[in-house]
Amino acid sequence: MRITVTVNDAEYTREVEPRLLLIHFLRDELGLTGSHWGCDTSNCGACVVWLDGKPVKSCTVLAAMADGRAVRTVEGLERDGRLDPVQQGFMECHGLQCGFCTPGMMMTARWLLDHNPDPAEAEIREAISGQVCRCTGYENIVRSVRWAAEHPAEVTA
Amino acid sequence: MTATEEHAPPAGFGRMKRKEDPRFIRGRGTYVDDVRLPGMLYGAVLRSPHAHARIRSIDISAAEAHPKVRAVITGQTLAGLNLAWMPTLSNDTQAVLATDKVRFQGQEVAFVVAEDRYSARDALELIEVDYEVLPAVVDARRALDPDAPVIRDDKEGRTDNHIFDWETGDAERTEQVFRDAEVTVAEDILYPRVHPAPLETCGAVADYDKVTGKLTVWETTQAPHAHRTLYALVAGLPEHKIRIISPDIGGGFGGKVGIYPGYVCAVVGSIVTGRPVKWVEDRSENLMSTAFARDFHMRGEIAASRDGTIRAVRVTVLADHGAFNGTAQPTKYPAGFFGVFTGSYDLEAAYCKVTGVYTNKAPGGVAYACSFRITEAVYLVERMVDVLAFELGMDPAELRMRNLLRPEQFPYASQTGWVYDSGNYLRQLELAMELAGYRALRAEQAERRARGELMGIGVSFFTEAVGAGPRKQMDILGLGMADGADLQVHPTGKAVLRISVQTQGQGHETTFAQIVANELGISPDDVEVVHGDTDQTPFGLGTYGSRSTPVSGAATAVVARKVRERARIVASAMLEVSPDDLDWDGSRWFVRGDPDKGKTIAEIAMAAHSSLELPEGVEGHLDAQTVYNPPNLTYPSGAYICVVDVDPGTGTVQVRRFVAVDDCGVRINPMIVEGQVHGGLADGVGMALMEVIAFDADGNCLGGSFMDYLLPTSMECPSWELGETVTPSPHHPIGAKGVGESATVGSPPAVVNAVLDAIRVRHADMPLTPAQVWRAIQGRPLRTDLAIT
Repeated sequence: MRITVTVNDAEYTREVEPRLLLIHFLRDELGLTGSHWGCDTSNCGACVVWLDGKPVKSCTVLAAMADGRAVRTVEGLERDGRLDPVQQGFMECHGLQCGFCTPGMMMTARWLLDHNPDPAEAEIREAISGQVCRCTGYENIVRSVRWAAEHPAEVTA
Repeated sequence: MTATEEHAPPAGFGRMKRKEDPRFIRGRGTYVDDVRLPGMLYGAVLRSPHAHARIRSIDISAAEAHPKVRAVITGQTLAGLNLAWMPTLSNDTQAVLATDKVRFQGQEVAFVVAEDRYSARDALELIEVDYEVLPAVVDARRALDPDAPVIRDDKEGRTDNHIFDWETGDAERTEQVFRDAEVTVAEDILYPRVHPAPLETCGAVADYDKVTGKLTVWETTQAPHAHRTLYALVAGLPEHKIRIISPDIGGGFGGKVGIYPGYVCAVVGSIVTGRPVKWVEDRSENLMSTAFARDFHMRGEIAASRDGTIRAVRVTVLADHGAFNGTAQPTKYPAGFFGVFTGSYDLEAAYCKVTGVYTNKAPGGVAYACSFRITEAVYLVERMVDVLAFELGMDPAELRMRNLLRPEQFPYASQTGWVYDSGNYLRQLELAMELAGYRALRAEQAERRARGELMGIGVSFFTEAVGAGPRKQMDILGLGMADGADLQVHPTGKAVLRISVQTQGQGHETTFAQIVANELGISPDDVEVVHGDTDQTPFGLGTYGSRSTPVSGAATAVVARKVRERARIVASAMLEVSPDDLDWDGSRWFVRGDPDKGKTIAEIAMAAHSSLELPEGVEGHLDAQTVYNPPNLTYPSGAYICVVDVDPGTGTVQVRRFVAVDDCGVRINPMIVEGQVHGGLADGVGMALMEVIAFDADGNCLGGSFMDYLLPTSMECPSWELGETVTPSPHHPIGAKGVGESATVGSPPAVVNAVLDAIRVRHADMPLTPAQVWRAIQGRPLRTDLAIT
């Protein structure tokens, strides 16, 4: 089937199998490998991207379901050569180690801050509770999101 | 000195943002599954649904007829190439694809290569395997029964499931102490089977070039050089025609040390089809077939005096190694470094015996940041010390204080022959107690208990032995555990360091640059660290067992010092003085007594590449290489205190606080060290409360997805509270000890001790799920056979 999906503000039209998962569409068809596949069961959240402005686990969304809709991935966080404060925060606060969960975590964090610009630690923990990180013990992810909340405009090229 | 003030101080050690992060935060890391080659095919593995079954026949005709399938490989195909079996890192053999029998659920049976991922999966459904189901050995305690089915009948003359017996310490002297002791305690303690479950599963992209005969394999491996040598030995390919690339790795934790059948299948698939082949396992495959951890059935005993002086520890262990002995540990140590079960205490005697057995479960054993079985050893002794405290009615922290090694006892030779290099254990535990507010916590606990609330405080103290290791004692399949490092300094003073170890998130590109920077007085930004590619790096055994900093970090310091000494000679020619008249101030060689006259590494590097006349015998350039053979292991330690609240109605445990005081010697980058500790603490919460790979009576794996194998999230983890003491390792060039596994080793007993302290139970096995805790509170038997009961 033919689908048209807007990904990070660019429109892509592709012929795909109806069963193709959104994560595989992004990674294999569009070459956007920043989003990762981790579990198949919506438990780990390595595949979190935005669909029409909301974080979804793209391993359990069909590419066909994204037809005519807008997807935003980690590759779309940086704008005009400027990092999103969330990206900067993860670097400042050592919010990542192996980096595999990081794109999904950052997409959720960006969404959280868009809806709650000054989240408490408990709110951050709850927001990322559907995602797994095996490296950081979450502490520095929480701090990274706080950093981004406290530095909404401080981004580097 | 005013003279040095005009020169920037060496950046060297300290907190510094990671050099690897800019690519990761942009989604521009390159993991194995991100590798895409022209004409690449995709592989998928057909796995056994049975734990133990004879293969009567395999019909691949329908799969071969699938229009997008390019090859179907079975054990028979591999047998024709003499590749059906491969050696494990413990000198056993493991089936690549089963020929005679399947020996665990999830074992590899066939491999399909197709034009795309989905078609490869489709074709698996078309393969017909006729199995004759056999009785399975699931309970390790039944593995040596006379009537137990023999799992490894592929090995000639095999009549049982016994793998090895290993003992250490002095049985007789230990027995003597136990006979004389005022108090003895004993407990059966299970460290259940768990799985490292890195977020990135295992995978490979194999590309065999028929024209050049070169095989390139991108792999999720923590040990690229060891893999290269093994492929050469297994497949008979010339080693110089094999290139292993370990790109960005999405977490390893020991699960990516060994060679998995899928890697070999991808290689064979590429050779057979003449095209690159990618294979990436799914999560169920990862949990069901790749290296598990632990599965140690232990009986621990302590002999002590009434006053709480611990005199001896004795342990017997039944180790469940699964269907193939696939552990990866030094040859002379079949039970890894379990010999440090004597803990951090000064004992009169100690003895342990470990028996390894085969069962119809996935192979593995050494994974999940276990430090070569030190995880099990620390859990055993730290649980037993609490059992003793329970028996004596003593405070567990006070009991430890009474028995910890004193600073003046280092270097300390343990009863099992390990020489602990350095430590200040009393101060470390004191600091942890101060940070936790230990006495106030105990007072709060008493108040809460009076109100019927269950609050627990758990203490653990651990010593690790990491940085394997001295070549004379330690090798893996005959490969000594020394690691190389090469350092080039370009004419403009920028450096390229090539190391054998490989990061899976530990931040080597940053810390190793900092080591060079510290030695040469240049900025870490001016040091590029090359790793994870066997064509570009010197030989070494890789990253596991917390060995990167102790071994390769030492190699890096040594090679940088070699460069610095070469620079000294060149500087002496530049300054027209004797090398003996030069001193190093951290960033320059300068003339003693005339500090204004000096040369930085950058200035010297340019001169070393110029037409400057050099002393006789000096070749020019500053490049150097080294191989570091550690004289001893390093011994990091930790004092951990965990505070939990238990819901008496449901048995739910909430970890309220966790205080961790680690001593890993000199810290190169404290930010990274703290990150390593944070991650390990979360592991401990997971293992203590949630994680287990359980099996039913038929050998069906009950932990085969993240819906069954539960990992801690941000909600189960508290905000970690860290402290540190620093006792440098006396034999390591920069005094560092390694920290990657410390918290994973030390935290499970602290959490378990806290829960059992809350519910006032002498012992209960992990994972302490709400149901298990509730059963323990009720005095009902625990169900260690089931993940969720």
